[in-house]
Amino acid sequence: MATPLPPPRGRNLILEVRDLTMRFGGLLAVNQVSFTADRGRITALIGPNGAGKTTVFNCITGFYRPTSGTILLRRDDGEVTELQRQPGHRIARAGVARTFQNTRLFPGMTALENLLVAQHVPLMAATGFGLGAVLGLSRYPRAERIAIEKARAWLEATRLLDRADDPAGALPYGAQRRLEIARAMCTEPALLCLDEPAAGLNPRESEELSALLLAIRDGHAAERGRGCSILLIEHDMGVVMRISDRVVVLDHGRKIADGSPEEVRADPRVIAAYLGEGDEGEENGGA
Amino acid sequence: MNPATALKDAAVTGLVALALFTPLVGLRTDVSPTGGLYLRQRWSDVAILVGLAFAGRLALLAWRGRRSLPTASTAPGWWEAPLRRLGAVFAPLLLAFAVLMPLSAFSWNLGGGFVIPALTGRYELDLGILVLTYVMLGWGLNIVVGLAGLLDLGYVAFYAVGAYSYALLATTFGWSFWACLPLAGILAAFWGILLGFPVLRLRGDYLAIVTLAFGEIIRIVLVNWVSFTGGPNGISGIPRPTFFGLPFSMSGEPGTFAGFFGIEPDPSHRIVFLYYLILGLALLTNWVTVRLRRQPLGRAWEALREDEIACRALGINITTTKLTAFAIGAMFGGFAGAFFATRQAFISPESFTFIESAIVLAIVVLGGMGSQIGVAVAALVMIGGFELFRDLQEWRMLVFGAAMVAIMVLRPRGLVASRTPTVTLSGRKRAISGELVGQGHG
Repeated sequence: MATPLPPPRGRNLILEVRDLTMRFGGLLAVNQVSFTADRGRITALIGPNGAGKTTVFNCITGFYRPTSGTILLRRDDGEVTELQRQPGHRIARAGVARTFQNTRLFPGMTALENLLVAQHVPLMAATGFGLGAVLGLSRYPRAERIAIEKARAWLEATRLLDRADDPAGALPYGAQRRLEIARAMCTEPALLCLDEPAAGLNPRESEELSALLLAIRDGHAAERGRGCSILLIEHDMGVVMRISDRVVVLDHGRKIADGSPEEVRADPRVIAAYLGEGDEGEENGGA
Repeated sequence: MNPATALKDAAVTGLVALALFTPLVGLRTDVSPTGGLYLRQRWSDVAILVGLAFAGRLALLAWRGRRSLPTASTAPGWWEAPLRRLGAVFAPLLLAFAVLMPLSAFSWNLGGGFVIPALTGRYELDLGILVLTYVMLGWGLNIVVGLAGLLDLGYVAFYAVGAYSYALLATTFGWSFWACLPLAGILAAFWGILLGFPVLRLRGDYLAIVTLAFGEIIRIVLVNWVSFTGGPNGISGIPRPTFFGLPFSMSGEPGTFAGFFGIEPDPSHRIVFLYYLILGLALLTNWVTVRLRRQPLGRAWEALREDEIACRALGINITTTKLTAFAIGAMFGGFAGAFFATRQAFISPESFTFIESAIVLAIVVLGGMGSQIGVAVAALVMIGGFELFRDLQEWRMLVFGAAMVAIMVLRPRGLVASRTPTVTLSGRKRAISGELVGQGHG
């Protein structure tokens, strides 16, 4: 087990979720949830089925517009973005990348093409927004070479280099999961959001996934450079306890615990939520 | 299946047939000569039908039994290697044929008394022009349907916008074809964006219905806005194209094409020029599409077809990406329309009915969505086939429909079902099976 890193000195937060509420008609899926994620750390969001984890996730990544509350992303350069105000595609540009619970690759495109689509925004700018590239006038060839090198580095980091020219839909399941992470990383995110990355993986594959995520956090997975903060939803407690620096527990749309893996594991409210005993943690929700 | 089981199975079929046909066929009420109703019994007919059902079932089982289990192998068959070699030269051969075809319309005196007679005539050239027009329309629509995966049933609207733009600009202001051509494309692209905006949120069937309605709106406006478009009478006297300012005329004066080059005036000069004009326009469409496919924009279109939600998560602006697909597809439709107007010298709303959209869409689907060479071959098959079956008169559509059904049964994803990757690490491009490639959700 990797020793969890302590929170960074001072208040160095990458993500701040304040009083997030999401209501679907009469259903209150997320109720006044506030939590933070530290820069350069792995924060896990756990909870029983239906606790509202994926809803929180979809709010952060712009797939839902929250009923109320704010979500602040602080980039490394100090720029602060209010994610809940951004249209969907702007959130990725602001530096939030995500993967999906059921992988969403482009199955008919090769692994390499998948990673190039992920670099659409910088590449598109290099083409002079399409026109220049058709006429062959722009700096596009160089930009594409750099993009391919980046893709190659991530394919190597996810051990997919030999499958680079195979269609993504023909890859085995574990490889598709890794490719999706590589694709998300190719957008150069400040915050990587993973929705159940270990779902359906065998123990050996989860072990490798943990190693990959730790390498991404520390910035030596593919390109040597700055690390990447990670927010993940996970059901596999082995993975969560092994790699998380901090764990946030949701139940019935409320936050019931928040702390280091050790603290959370010992928290009686968490145990109650998972084993289904009573509702004693209720009055502390949102703490 | 052994014979005993097969017999039993066939007997059960026979019994079911007996139960069904006894009331349906065996008993029939008829009017007797005296005027009253009586029950006629037709047991021999029932026996024949039951016998047919029994024998048919038995034959079906025997046929199925003879076939071994279907081999679900994707390993290449013996035919694949030679076909692949043929495939590599097929497109250049087709192109060479398209370029050289008009030359055979003239007889060539090679000297020494050796003369190649004219092999083709006006009919073949006209057919060639028609086929190439549809190749171009197919390639234009392929951007929207094949690459971006947006089902567009109103493509003919852009064809009409292009044709009327050229016709109106040329007849009203007397502008030349070369000045009007880009304008026709721009206007069509503008209408493409105009259509694109309201349908951005729609997918699949809903998108198809709205685009269909859009096509009809344009046509109905053309019919009813008599003061502007001439209504059902159309626009006649549209200027014929000139060879960069030199008109094609039979007089042979110095200011004409024949006079300038000092050759014998010939009515087929203009036809050959039109042929090369549409060939050039079609190849331009192809060139732009092939180039765009290898660019981020083209990749974004294909990614959009594969998974729109994933695109959004990667920061791709879906709105503009869809709109560019609509606009560029429409622009080529507009070019084709301007060509159509100058070739016909007369246009009316009748040329832009839904059936045109359907034919172009059929070409794209038949060719294999996203495949350039497939679309070209499909246009040749569709439009050429239409002509081939002309002698069959009223049976033509029937034969044609049956042929299309047969092709779609045999090759459900079109003639060229696979997709070629746009970029590789190894440098060897292997086709991606059509099974994996998305068809878009609208």
